[in-house]
Amino acid sequence: MPKWGLSMSEGILVDWLVDEGTEISVGDEIMEVETDKIASAVEAADAGLLRRRVGEAGEVYPVRALLGVLAPASVGDAEIDAFIEAYEVPEGEDEGEAEAQYEFADTVAGRLRYARRGGDGPAVVLIHGFGGDLDNWLFNIDALAQQARVYAFDLPGHGQSTKSLEEASIAGLAGALGAFLDAVDVGSAHLVGHSMGAAVAASFAGDSPGRVDSLSLISAAGLGEEINADYIDGFVSAQSRRELKPVLLHLFADSSLVNRSLVDDLLKYKRIDGVQEALQQLAANLFPGGVQQTVLAEKIAALGKPTLVVWGAEDQVIPAAHAHNLPGATVEIIDGAGHMVQMEQASRVNELLLGNILG
Amino acid sequence: MARKLSMKDAINEALDQEMSRDPTVIVMGEDIVGGSGSPGENDAWGGVLGVTKGLYAKHGDRLMDTPLSESAYIGAAIGASTCGLRPVAELMFLDFMGVCFDQIFNQAAKFRYMFGGKAETPVTIRAMVGAGFRAAAQHSQMLTPIFTHIPGLKVVCASNAYDAKGLLIQSIRDNDPVIFCEHKNLYGHETDVPEESYTIPFAEANIVREGGDATIVGYGLIVHRAQEAADTLAKEGIDCEIVDLRTLSPIDIDSVVESVENTGRLVCVDEANPRCSIAADITATVSQQAFGALKAAPQLVTAPHTPVPFSPALEDIYIPSAASIADAVRKTMAP
Repeated sequence: MPKWGLSMSEGILVDWLVDEGTEISVGDEIMEVETDKIASAVEAADAGLLRRRVGEAGEVYPVRALLGVLAPASVGDAEIDAFIEAYEVPEGEDEGEAEAQYEFADTVAGRLRYARRGGDGPAVVLIHGFGGDLDNWLFNIDALAQQARVYAFDLPGHGQSTKSLEEASIAGLAGALGAFLDAVDVGSAHLVGHSMGAAVAASFAGDSPGRVDSLSLISAAGLGEEINADYIDGFVSAQSRRELKPVLLHLFADSSLVNRSLVDDLLKYKRIDGVQEALQQLAANLFPGGVQQTVLAEKIAALGKPTLVVWGAEDQVIPAAHAHNLPGATVEIIDGAGHMVQMEQASRVNELLLGNILG
Repeated sequence: MARKLSMKDAINEALDQEMSRDPTVIVMGEDIVGGSGSPGENDAWGGVLGVTKGLYAKHGDRLMDTPLSESAYIGAAIGASTCGLRPVAELMFLDFMGVCFDQIFNQAAKFRYMFGGKAETPVTIRAMVGAGFRAAAQHSQMLTPIFTHIPGLKVVCASNAYDAKGLLIQSIRDNDPVIFCEHKNLYGHETDVPEESYTIPFAEANIVREGGDATIVGYGLIVHRAQEAADTLAKEGIDCEIVDLRTLSPIDIDSVVESVENTGRLVCVDEANPRCSIAADITATVSQQAFGALKAAPQLVTAPHTPVPFSPALEDIYIPSAASIADAVRKTMAP
């Protein structure tokens, strides 16, 4: 049973997507898992022959429980039975330690929440999009942390960071990114931005090229003018579950990912004092009338940094065609994914990100 | 940042944050400071159950211990609200409303209407409701339906700490009189509560659990009993959806109807006495608006039509239980 996010302690194995005897490759969707936060397909982290489905559909299992056994055909059934019999769910880090992994940094841009994972390797900073927070990287942060020192933070006006924006613009948010890097003592980093966060990363790279090692831009704002005004306006104005849910359907290719918890968590965020004003200011300055005001494509191309552009082919917020507006970049358009491609096709995106970061 | 907080502490934090934010917010009631002038610990008791503890030390004279006269201080709070303050008056037990009927029903609820919209009454009246506290018939009633009957009043009853904080802040900022009901047996109940101020809009029910077989509607303590019932029923293969109303006036009937259109079955649960209860009201509205969707007769689970008994054994069976809710759902499932 995978662990998605700090608060997950157990999950429901909704259903298997593969039969015993299937040869599995890395990235194959092997089962559906649902937690109190999210429902998603689990992608195989290892390749091999699925010899035994241990977990039963519809049952609840703790994180790290044994759900299936991969083994070559040469391994006998008795040996597999013995392995299952002997398996014990490994002890996880205790609750207190997990909690401490959300930290707060007092910066010149205000108090910012962040998560830090991984020890060695290059510094990587993940920057979420408009209305998002660091949990948008739920399926990416741990995978990247195996080979890098990864920071994900909440931009001002977002998540659990300060809700006041000194300057509601891409440049203003880029200033907050710089303030965050200073606060956590990171000189230069590989920047990974999603949507508005990609424009923030690009803007920062233009102003401080020496502090940026590479750019990975996912479903990026800032590469063209079009943006779905219905989505932006709907997200800003929605006050209730009934208003917000249809808006969120724009984010994913698979509409079943927009479940009750996702809607509830976003409503909880939107109800906090100051959030409404912050979102209104940002929307009015960045995307008035469905036109992006900050287009950075030429500026990014001129930097000559290793640049990756990733898009979900079914993006309904920013057209995937914008991926081709950046000469010299590595471009990857992924089928079966929408605007939140880093959640919907996490394994593929993680592989691409590590490719760009590690060179 | 969110952390676990009891409903009692969440209410205290909402009052504290609104008093800090808005100098027109004042708090008044019997013993809410702790008996001003009495020495030692008594001076900081903060209400009969300590909900307002610590606020006097921080906000001083903006908290007022009133005489034992609900008629006088509820009237004073309503009057002050028409003159620019935002009073939060604590009626202690909602059962005591009888002596301030006129002030609430005939004055506060009518001003906006009778003065052609020129007068506003931004007063919040907090009061404990509900049985199970061994406090006998005069301190245990669920009198919510009496208030929902009156146009001009808003009525809130939270089921958890997160909702209590957001709904109380919304109540204080609202420009109409709000009756804010606090179930005394939920004061110790903890949920994640953000440190920041936030508001939950009125008439936005919470879908506590999604399910396709039957809709259980309730508010306050009942929501927890409904969850127990739903857990039991899930093991029998019955998937319940639970709608926590949060506010009773205005009421989010659309969410209830939408749910019933999906499940085809309705169980309304109410700790109030059955005649003219919230449960009866919802059953009537849904029967009218979604008659075609109903696969079975709606079921009502309420307290009996008796005063709340003082005998602990009787009081325990007076409040709708998880078992009685589960039985009602099974009845709707019967072929």
